[in-house]
Amino acid sequence: MKQPLLEIKDLRAGVEDKAILKGINLTILPGEVHAVMGPNGSGKSTLASILAGREGYEITSGTVQFLGQDLLAMAPEERARAGVFLAFQYPVEIPGVNSTYFLKAALNEVRKHRGLPELDAIDFLQLVKEKMRLLELKEDLLKRPVNEGFSGGEKKRNEIFQMAVLEPALAILDETDSGLDIDALKIVAEGVNKLKRPDTGQLVITHYQRLLDYIIPDYVHVLHNGRIVRTGGKELALELEEKGYDWLIHPAAAAGV
Amino acid sequence: MSSATATIEEFVNKEYQYGFVTDVETDMIPPGLNEDVVRLISAKKKEPAFLLEWRLKAYRHWLTLTEPTWQQAHYPPIDYQAAIYYAAPKPKKTLGSLDEVDPEILKTFDKLGISLNEQKRLSGVAMDAVVDSVSVATTFSTELAKHGVIFCSFSEAVHKHPDLIEKYLGSVVPYTDNFFAALNSAVFSDGSFCYIPKGVRCPMELSTYFRINSANTGQFERTLIVAEEGAYVSYLEGCTAPMRDENQLHAAVVEIVALGRKSEVKYSTVQNWYPGDKNGKGGIYNFVTKRGKCLGESSKISWTQVETGSAITWKYPSVLLLGDNSIGEFYSVALTNNLQQADTGTKMVHVGKNTRSTIISKGISAGRGQNSYRGLVKIAKQATGARNFSQCDSLLVGDRCGAHTFPYIEVKNTSSQVEHEASTSKIGEDQIFYCNQRGISTQDAVSMIVNGFCKEVFRELPMEFAVEAQKLLGVSLEGSVG
Repeated sequence: MKQPLLEIKDLRAGVEDKAILKGINLTILPGEVHAVMGPNGSGKSTLASILAGREGYEITSGTVQFLGQDLLAMAPEERARAGVFLAFQYPVEIPGVNSTYFLKAALNEVRKHRGLPELDAIDFLQLVKEKMRLLELKEDLLKRPVNEGFSGGEKKRNEIFQMAVLEPALAILDETDSGLDIDALKIVAEGVNKLKRPDTGQLVITHYQRLLDYIIPDYVHVLHNGRIVRTGGKELALELEEKGYDWLIHPAAAAGV
Repeated sequence: MSSATATIEEFVNKEYQYGFVTDVETDMIPPGLNEDVVRLISAKKKEPAFLLEWRLKAYRHWLTLTEPTWQQAHYPPIDYQAAIYYAAPKPKKTLGSLDEVDPEILKTFDKLGISLNEQKRLSGVAMDAVVDSVSVATTFSTELAKHGVIFCSFSEAVHKHPDLIEKYLGSVVPYTDNFFAALNSAVFSDGSFCYIPKGVRCPMELSTYFRINSANTGQFERTLIVAEEGAYVSYLEGCTAPMRDENQLHAAVVEIVALGRKSEVKYSTVQNWYPGDKNGKGGIYNFVTKRGKCLGESSKISWTQVETGSAITWKYPSVLLLGDNSIGEFYSVALTNNLQQADTGTKMVHVGKNTRSTIISKGISAGRGQNSYRGLVKIAKQATGARNFSQCDSLLVGDRCGAHTFPYIEVKNTSSQVEHEASTSKIGEDQIFYCNQRGISTQDAVSMIVNGFCKEVFRELPMEFAVEAQKLLGVSLEGSVG
């Protein structure tokens, strides 16, 4: 068997005294796309945050291996350099910091980690222009400060654009579909699909099924109350679209009807 | 405290790298201040009678003044009798050329990254190097003289161009101006003088580098810049000092006269005096009076300052806009870290018609630093059509620092326009995490965000200074957030 890209075992975590994740088990192999779905408050975004290393969560038990390394022991920037990318649900604005400058700094950190030479301005621009076409982004975006004054859709596309430039081993998309109209959704999904490679994996977190019309997952997991309550193929997403979450969450009640 | 904050703390605590002392023989007078000391300083410099008279008048006036206390800074009382008012590296003999400068001093400047050797300098910057009370070397004077530009130490100007000194000394900042200006006028020891004749665009950047070396001395230098009709000069000032546990007083005066029509002076400062240690011990008290006077029609004076050093910074580079259509500008970045305090800003006084002024102030507070912007925009009755735009932004790094803004606006002409914008922001954990998630370390992220915040000011700096300023900001921020 191939070495898993990501292997989460019995992950339990929360904030202060409140448990949010209550024993998550999830393995992603290279080349796979996993979707995590679930109602609001089920712990989807917490999972994404913990994988990326956001502060403020207490991990009470469990392990997370990323390409055989102990992910939880790594600083957020080390995780990023090693190839974990989080497309944020709410990308933050960084006033005054030029987008090109920011992305070049990020890429060169990743390249340094991979033992590659830093890209100079010309090569970088070449690469960036290519990737911008992929996401149908306007070039003036690169001249603006990071996310400042971007529309909701532009911010989300910019996240996927950064992902395209950084070429992570594991991309985590945290509700990337929220706030996108259908055209923008298609562009983003196509971008994500083009970035799929046999050696990389994607973890797509979403509340709605509609994103999965465009990004076809190999597995769908339903997260409820901090646990994965059901795992299935892409048809599970359709079933959820039709029946909602209730039949999974309250199976007894659903059966009684 | 979060780990991002902890890293920023560490980052800000990087040591001051200019804190060494040069071992040279120093000619020093005993501590204390009285009329005899003033006479002694004047005698040591073999000054003409008018100057001694002026010093004495200043001294007598100073005696009548009390030290102001309105600034937003706290420090124990200064004992003016404990300070030494004159210290000079002892020359081996009279200086004829750079070759005769004490090699220890040349080494000092090399260590500071400043070569006084003209041949070694690639960039077109002429330098006047001031150590403690005296100018030790001025480069490119001969080259500049070909263009009619006078650039020399203040002492030299007193001897070679006494008429110009007598005419313009105190013409912008009179000795009666304020407590520290009066003190400076009485005991100032050296500084730079610069005169740009009519129609000359000064072919290189002029620069003064101030270095405090001796302990327990005060540094009181004066800079005087005069630009005739159509003249242009860009002037740079840099400063460092050794690390010492005592506070040292630096009370300088800078006067700029934009005399003729369309004359223009651009004055840039990168101030990096020793800021004290992270517990607030030691550091320079930087109490400085800087002012320019736009006399000529359509003349222009522009101040750009990057203030990262000093335990306390207290200064307001200002412009009196007398000539019609004259322009005043003030671009400032002031950073306070650890226990540093800064109370800085500007005064733009509009008197001429259609005069314009721009104020862009960026204050960064980190650690337990306190940063105040204090500014005055005054539009006189006769200043028809005057305009001002002010923007004061504060950036907080951590949660133990402070930012304060004290804008004063006095308008006496109804046809004028005054705009004031202000903002306060904080480097958020979210911004840091976003950068981290893209592989950028917390240290680099803070530096990137702070530099982004200061961009509008940095682009006003001459190129090589801008690069220097960015680096300096990075170093000064190390260990700064909390």
